[in-house]
Amino acid sequence: MTALMEVRDLQVEIPLPHGNLRAIRGVSLRVEPGEAIGIVGESGSGKSITLRALLGLLPQPAKVTGGSILLDGVDITGMPASRRQKLLTDAVSMVFQDSLTALNPVMRVGEQIAEVPRRKLGMSRTAAHARAVDLMEQVGIPEPERRYRAYPHELSGGMRQRICIAIALSTDPRLILADEPTTALDVTIQAQVLEVIETLRREKQLGLIFVSHDLAVVSQTCSRVYVMYAGRVVESGEIRTMLRDSRHPYTYALLRSVPDPDAPVHRLITIPGQPPDLTTTVDGCSFAPRCAFAVAECTTQDPPLVPVLRDGSHVTACLRWETAPEWAEWSKLVESTVESTVHTASKRPAPMVSVVKA
Amino acid sequence: MTTLTAKGPTVARAKRSRRRRRNVPLVAGLSLLALIVLAAIFAPLLTPWDPIQQDLVNARSAPGTPGHLLGTDALGRDVLSRLLYGARVDLRVGFLAVISPFIIGTVLGLVSGWFGGWIDWIIMRIVDVVIAFPFFVLVIAIVFALGAGTGSVYVAITLVGWVAYCRIVRGEVLVAKEQEYALAARASGLPTWRILFRHVLPNVVLQAVVYSMSDIVLTILALVTLGYLGLGVPPPTPDWGSMISDGQQFLLTQWYLATIPGLAVVITGLALALVADGLVERFGRR
Repeated sequence: MTALMEVRDLQVEIPLPHGNLRAIRGVSLRVEPGEAIGIVGESGSGKSITLRALLGLLPQPAKVTGGSILLDGVDITGMPASRRQKLLTDAVSMVFQDSLTALNPVMRVGEQIAEVPRRKLGMSRTAAHARAVDLMEQVGIPEPERRYRAYPHELSGGMRQRICIAIALSTDPRLILADEPTTALDVTIQAQVLEVIETLRREKQLGLIFVSHDLAVVSQTCSRVYVMYAGRVVESGEIRTMLRDSRHPYTYALLRSVPDPDAPVHRLITIPGQPPDLTTTVDGCSFAPRCAFAVAECTTQDPPLVPVLRDGSHVTACLRWETAPEWAEWSKLVESTVESTVHTASKRPAPMVSVVKA
Repeated sequence: MTTLTAKGPTVARAKRSRRRRRNVPLVAGLSLLALIVLAAIFAPLLTPWDPIQQDLVNARSAPGTPGHLLGTDALGRDVLSRLLYGARVDLRVGFLAVISPFIIGTVLGLVSGWFGGWIDWIIMRIVDVVIAFPFFVLVIAIVFALGAGTGSVYVAITLVGWVAYCRIVRGEVLVAKEQEYALAARASGLPTWRILFRHVLPNVVLQAVVYSMSDIVLTILALVTLGYLGLGVPPPTPDWGSMISDGQQFLLTQWYLATIPGLAVVITGLALALVADGLVERFGRR
């Protein structure tokens, strides 16, 4: 089956005064028609830049410097910009993180939904209006006829995000790129919006690339997930496999930094340090400086993506992935040393901040 | 088709009522401006005198003289009628002369900010060149080259004035371009001109409108200056600039001859500044 969209070894660089920032360093991913995939990573890992590159809307002065993007098996990277944008905008839509800035503040929301059907698909005024109202109904906006005339600031965050989804659907896309669409919403509204996306995706057999920093949200929506770190995919696979048996220390740490209400109370694990400076080239694994399990060879050799499962459905970029079953044991050792340092610290007189322990 | 419904209040009424709150500067500025405009329009009803009718016998009579509320000038012309008829000239030229630089500057600023690259480079270099000269030096030079008269004033103000609008709009576009609504519009594949004029322009034009208010004052001042230098409206047509320059030689004896039209300029400027403030309060962000 030809993938709806496939990215091969994508490279994006941002020229800066003090050197090129290698924002994306060889990302490959694919979405099948009707499939939902997730991209997970912390801020600055290159998730959003990847999406913008897929849409051909990189912020200046960022440039695609290598790799290819295939839409329905056709390489669109080499095409003239206007033809590429035409193909992309016909097939792909985007939903943004902040619905307040994603909507034109001085235009009625209904007009914003009707705009593409009217101006691009050539519908009549009444047909475009009817389509907008229909889309508003589909995304669960009560009294769509009345809300049609509202301005973005008159609607709540959840309503606005529904409007954004309706706008995204107005082009009849086959692939939706969602850049943290629920991050700006509170948890109950988040669940409702996720449900809207999921229902419509199933109904219309849409492909979905869902970018988030929240593995839990991605696991609800997506069947496969790519974990990005410092401009690379460090691990990818079926979401269930990854949650149960992650084979990259970064994914492992991400999973353990989420509070688990069922587990006995323990201190949340944080990942120490910051992502590396991408203007300098680093020898070895980019995660090594923050990795609890790194050894000497990790700092000399940049690990390639290797298959964990023989069919290649689960890959990881870690030299020591085979030691994963022991990571839990090892991190306990690390934790106990942390405990002991806390202990010695508390012996000192009058600590400024008291550490809440289990 | 599945229909998903959401609960909760959606229309924020509080915001609406906040908008309705009285906007003091806007109301004050507009009323003052309306007063000036009405006075100019109904000048013939407010004063029986012809502004260019000379009466050398009653020259330089003081304000309050029966029949001449604000007195007469060196040639015996009624100061009040010259002031009112002068307002017609100055306001008309002030407003009209701002329109073409506003349009040209806004469009070039949109294009420059949106497309960037070499287009932006060329436009911004032209802007730099124009800005390198002091405003009045350039305006006076152009009017001098073209010959005195209102036509030359329009051309000169347009040639020099568009750069300010261009820079203001360009700066706003650079911000708006990275806003997600602009990205969303680009991602939906709408034609560029439509994105520019329907999505970007309405969101960036406010600053230019606000600036245009003070630009009208600046233009009236330029006209006054040109009139003072004998390059503006040709005599005997009344305008505030020539009134100030005519009254200047009597500053020690009849100080009001130069002061009254000067006050008219100040009050008009105040009205426009209040309108600008009010517009920001009404439509501005934050």
